[in-house]
Amino acid sequence: MQMETITVNKSFKSEEYFINMGPQHPATHGVLRLLLTIDGEIIKKVEPDLGYIHRSIEKMCERDSYQQIVHLTDRMDYLSSHINNEAVCLAVENALQLEIPDRVKVIRTIIGELTRIASHTLWWGVMGMDVGALTTYFYGFRDRELINDIFEETCGARLTMNYNIPGGLMFDIHPNFVKRTKEFIAHFKTKLPEYDSLLTGNIIFQKRMKGVGILSKEDAISYGASGPVGRGSGYSCDVRKHHPYSALDKVTFNETLRQEGDSFARYQVRIQEMWESMSIIEQLIDNIPEGEHQVATNAVIKLPKGEFYQKVETARGELGVYIISTGTKSPYRLKFRSPGFSNLSLLNHIAVGGKIGDLVATMATLDLVIPDIDR
Amino acid sequence: MIRFFSITKNIHEWLFNLMPESVASVVEMILIAVVYLLIFAVAGLYLVLLERRVAAWFQLRIGPNRVGYQGLLQTMADALKLVSKELTGTEKADKFLYNLAPYFVIISSLMALSVFPFTQDFQAFDINIGLLFLIAISSIGVIGILLGGWSSNNKFALIGAMRSGVQTISYELSVGLSLLTMVLLTGSLQLSEIVEVQKGGWLIVQGHIPAVIAFMIYMIAGTAETNRAPFDLVEAESELGAGFHTEYSGMKFAYFFLAEFINMFIIAAIATTVFFGAWLSPFGITESIPILGVVWFLGKTLILVFLMMWFRWTFPRLRIDQLLTLEWKYLLPINLINIVVMAFVVWLKITI
Repeated sequence: MQMETITVNKSFKSEEYFINMGPQHPATHGVLRLLLTIDGEIIKKVEPDLGYIHRSIEKMCERDSYQQIVHLTDRMDYLSSHINNEAVCLAVENALQLEIPDRVKVIRTIIGELTRIASHTLWWGVMGMDVGALTTYFYGFRDRELINDIFEETCGARLTMNYNIPGGLMFDIHPNFVKRTKEFIAHFKTKLPEYDSLLTGNIIFQKRMKGVGILSKEDAISYGASGPVGRGSGYSCDVRKHHPYSALDKVTFNETLRQEGDSFARYQVRIQEMWESMSIIEQLIDNIPEGEHQVATNAVIKLPKGEFYQKVETARGELGVYIISTGTKSPYRLKFRSPGFSNLSLLNHIAVGGKIGDLVATMATLDLVIPDIDR
Repeated sequence: MIRFFSITKNIHEWLFNLMPESVASVVEMILIAVVYLLIFAVAGLYLVLLERRVAAWFQLRIGPNRVGYQGLLQTMADALKLVSKELTGTEKADKFLYNLAPYFVIISSLMALSVFPFTQDFQAFDINIGLLFLIAISSIGVIGILLGGWSSNNKFALIGAMRSGVQTISYELSVGLSLLTMVLLTGSLQLSEIVEVQKGGWLIVQGHIPAVIAFMIYMIAGTAETNRAPFDLVEAESELGAGFHTEYSGMKFAYFFLAEFINMFIIAAIATTVFFGAWLSPFGITESIPILGVVWFLGKTLILVFLMMWFRWTFPRLRIDQLLTLEWKYLLPINLINIVVMAFVVWLKITI
């Protein structure tokens, strides 16, 4: 009897198998490679493999001058390029103890929040695509294009902006900037509810999102999660709130927190953040102070000897810039603490036990930008 | 009064006068096959175009409008491109099955087309088990998908094929049972009989509440049968790349692609025939001109096709376990109860 059972079990043994997801796979949004161990449809293990878009940005920083470093940071998290630029500029300005005009601070904050909205609209579109609703992509892009047009008018670039320089802004804002930004806010206030009616309320979408990819607050802290991923788990980690930079200490806004920690919580945090960003812009856009758009710096910036750290909140989370200077024109060592890297590290923790479809949906709520992870 | 019968009768007599009987019947068969192949190709290509325009409309785009007037030749050009493309494949594929798979898919959908009553007398093959034939034939297609996914020696394709097997076999039950609910009203599986019964009123009206429930179940299960969103797990591009046809290229890929659209047409055409009176016009307004039946048939079918496109461009995709839950825990029990309700409706003669 027992012999029989064993033979039956042997002939129907379920086996784990291995799949390479990526580096060319539509769901990994770039060149991330995931080594998946799967039993049928159930994920047993996720192992991210990085390095396909490594460009040695940190090493290049040791060669370049501080003005040049700013341009490299565009290419990390290309969806929040302005905020990346701002991080390096703030670090350099703090090290030099430069007095930055209020006008610069306000403009930096407004554009930073516009960048955040642009990044979140793109994320929303791509997120919908990952769970199979292709139409969201075009709705997200419709609104993002308007922001990119504003950027193009003011600083000549749509994606890799390079608008910040150590000491201020490269040029003053375009005369149309205030008008068009207001137009955009008015437009987006009518369009953001559309996002909810198209995707958020959908029963299939909610079933796909709720209770999937649960990350507890303790795990969020120990994995170093930041940004909407951490806040979706109830971990209050908004750098804008705790360590305000630029003009963020002059505005009032709420830090969006969700306690559930599942994919749907992360989704809602980002939707809510778009409303908060609009409120920040509205508070600042009407009273941009007059004044210079930059302060004079030396042509060759030499930081004093020492270590400097600056962190900002990009659309993905906390970006830290750690500079060790020996007093020369280039940093001795420059380290970026990128939000995507820490957020990716918890993928194995939250995706194991789910289905292949869950993995894709969960990964979408982490909002990974691969060049940010692989610098 | 022009009737298809008079045209076909003339051709028939002319052929039989011209050549011996056995040759004439073979020639007739070939003629009919060519006509249906043409319908198949044109319908498939224009459904692709329709889908692209509808998608564009949903997605704030314009869609293809450059090749020909309003893009009418776009899909023709695409098909030409696919025909002229080199057929690539994997080295370690099971060559025989790999090459065989697309034909299973295409032949099954082509055969299903032959039983539809497009209008009075315009029906190639009026058998007394028409509905059963349709369900049986349309389920052969899944063999092609399974073979294609398995033989291309690609894990993504294999997962896609397995998902397809699970999905199609599950949802076939609902398709069959919801159609069976309507058969209780007609008392016949023959499609021409089913149309005849509906001269007094479309079945969805005759069977009122249980018929509407059956229609809704049929549309959900039918969409799942065609492997289209929100049930497109078979080729979930964000999960599996291209799913079961990952390794296919050129015309072989086009076969899978066209078959998907023809299947959509077939599902909508079955619904038209069984629920909405096939070629019958509402209240018999064009009864005196039977040739207009084609327009009515295609019109109703295209409205249902549009409904399925609407699903596709609005809904996110279900997960595999949710897909099975929907079928086995909700649709199937509702369906079984619905059949009993319908039986009572027919028994107590409370049809409209």
